[in-house]
Amino acid sequence: MTEIFGVPTQALFGQLLIGLINGSFYALLSLGLAVIFGLLNIINFTHGAQYMLGAFGAYLLTSKLGLGYWWSLLLVPPIVGATGIVIERLMLRQLYKLDHLYGLLLTFGLALIIQGVFRNEYGTSGLPYSMPEQLAGGRNLGFMFLPNYRAWVIVASLVVCLGTWFMIEKTKLGSYLRAATENPALVQAFGINVPRMITLTYGFGVALAAFAGVMAAPIYQVSPQMGADLIIVVFAVVVIGGMGSILGSILTGFGLGVIEGLTKVFYPEASNTVIFVIMAIVLMIKPAGLFGAQK
Amino acid sequence: MKFKQTIIAAAIAALAGTANAQVSDGIVKIGVMSDMSSLYADIGGPGSVVAARMAVDDYLKAHKTNLKVEIVSADHQNKPDVGSQIARQWYDVDKVDAIVDVPTSSVALAIADVTKQKGKAFLISGAASSDLTGKACSPNSVHWTYDTWMLANGTGSAIVKTGGDTWFFITADYAFGHALERDTEAVVLKGGGKVLGKVRHPLNAQDFSSFLLQAQASKAKIIGLANAGGDTINSIKQASEFGIVKGGQSLAGMLVFISDIHGIGLEKAQGLIFTETFYWDLNPQTRDWTKRFLAASKGTKYPTMVQAGVYGAVTHYLKAIDAAKTDDGTKVVAQMKAMPTDDPLFGKGSIRKDGRTLHPAYLVEVKKPSESKGPYDYYKVRATIPADQAFRPEKDGGCNL
Repeated sequence: MTEIFGVPTQALFGQLLIGLINGSFYALLSLGLAVIFGLLNIINFTHGAQYMLGAFGAYLLTSKLGLGYWWSLLLVPPIVGATGIVIERLMLRQLYKLDHLYGLLLTFGLALIIQGVFRNEYGTSGLPYSMPEQLAGGRNLGFMFLPNYRAWVIVASLVVCLGTWFMIEKTKLGSYLRAATENPALVQAFGINVPRMITLTYGFGVALAAFAGVMAAPIYQVSPQMGADLIIVVFAVVVIGGMGSILGSILTGFGLGVIEGLTKVFYPEASNTVIFVIMAIVLMIKPAGLFGAQK
Repeated sequence: MKFKQTIIAAAIAALAGTANAQVSDGIVKIGVMSDMSSLYADIGGPGSVVAARMAVDDYLKAHKTNLKVEIVSADHQNKPDVGSQIARQWYDVDKVDAIVDVPTSSVALAIADVTKQKGKAFLISGAASSDLTGKACSPNSVHWTYDTWMLANGTGSAIVKTGGDTWFFITADYAFGHALERDTEAVVLKGGGKVLGKVRHPLNAQDFSSFLLQAQASKAKIIGLANAGGDTINSIKQASEFGIVKGGQSLAGMLVFISDIHGIGLEKAQGLIFTETFYWDLNPQTRDWTKRFLAASKGTKYPTMVQAGVYGAVTHYLKAIDAAKTDDGTKVVAQMKAMPTDDPLFGKGSIRKDGRTLHPAYLVEVKKPSESKGPYDYYKVRATIPADQAFRPEKDGGCNL
């Protein structure tokens, strides 16, 4: 068998695929952050908590109402998105005129409160959530065993990511959105309700986080801490991709998933830090990020 | 202002007047230090504080004593530097006499050092590294509930005996994981088994698929999980997804708590074998204590062996203070080691010179969902390992006491 640095190529393919799957989560989450930052100029630190809310939403729908995974996938993102809309209307709206830092403090504080409430209620060791029957099991690809659910994660996240990108970059609605970030007063003058658009955008970004949370529930530990553990990495992804760049966050999300996956093979001890090392290097060479526009 | 000062002065005078003459400042102050908010918080955490308080209340009720006991608690965030800073503050400024629990071995090792310097008492329940009674042993430490050698010996030798002779380790990359892996590897090799490979993951990792894939490729019969808490939960959850058990390999959770099984669900955890030193459904005393624990914590989370260990250790500590008539850390710990232990949760036992508490351990198997009759009815006890065989022989630890 051929080997690369002592690792059989077959095993390497498997690891690449795994990296891509993890990258799907990074991409989904960083996409939501990028959309929110791009249009609202808010660094949404509540994103991790909203991802957690997605997973808990799925758990609660199943345990309290008996609705399964597919219903959760359909219902939870809009529900959590609606809570996002409430937050935007009541709180974030007051901060648009102020410095970035205020938005950061508010969203960070909210994240701590939401996580604290759930920790108090459910503890930290997590809750069981089972795999939907249709996606249980897996197939042998020759070089690895691919669980069906993981294949579904890649497909679903690609569809959602590309759909979002298409909507923002290629449709009329998207062009309104982009115009509104550029010059809200002018767009308002054309008779478009800019504040409502911004509210819905935030709701949409939050719904994306909740969607990722539902996707994560069957495979990761459903615990109040799950978002906090992930969100720092996701922020690094957004910074590397370029703040606010939609395509940048999707590509970097998948790309960094793969790099992290490879690190887990060659030097697993560094798999937690590799993304931050890359972030430091990128910031030194291209301060605006790989896909960010220099301002 | 003046009035307030007078009241405080009066209160201090009153306390000093009634205090036990030998106890330094009239109050025995116990600091419960644990992971209060992260991956080990359900293993020790707030539940450990409840257990410590129960131990104090029960002791004061059952014994004629004029001890005054106070409990404080803090979150060490699993960081050795945070932990030792709190310990110094507690010992130097807040007059804490003993620190209890401290999951996360790296933090516990740091605090064992501080405690020794300050001549106080360290009652370890949550931390696992067998080094705490080995090369890092101290005249000021007692290691109560369990350790990595005992887990390796209990679970490892049972598995090797039933044919699990090739192993692959998935290990948490810090003091505890390394110790657990080392101790288990020794047991496997001694039983004639082989270790085919190992991989070390960062603490609090999310995704284990990459490591599981490496374990799968190694074709080892047994995949040993030398990690704990959320890491173990994620490993087991994802192993079932990758069809590891269906593919003929078995998982050995080297350190699994009842809270982990609750988080994984019986569906995915069934058949898992591991070692515990406490289970709520062992006997009438443990059931009765658990009922009181649930009432006191106003919760539905059943106690773990770590929380039970906090109860046992604090109980014995208070007994030793009364027997030695002092709260001087070094003297009390010496007294703890000299007296036999006896409490409703761990039964009768003893503490060795190196600080190791000896009590029986239980090899348990997780029930099938169909066998479970009520909340937290999770284990079948497969074997009881007697106290004198459960722990590492004193001469093998390398303790210089």
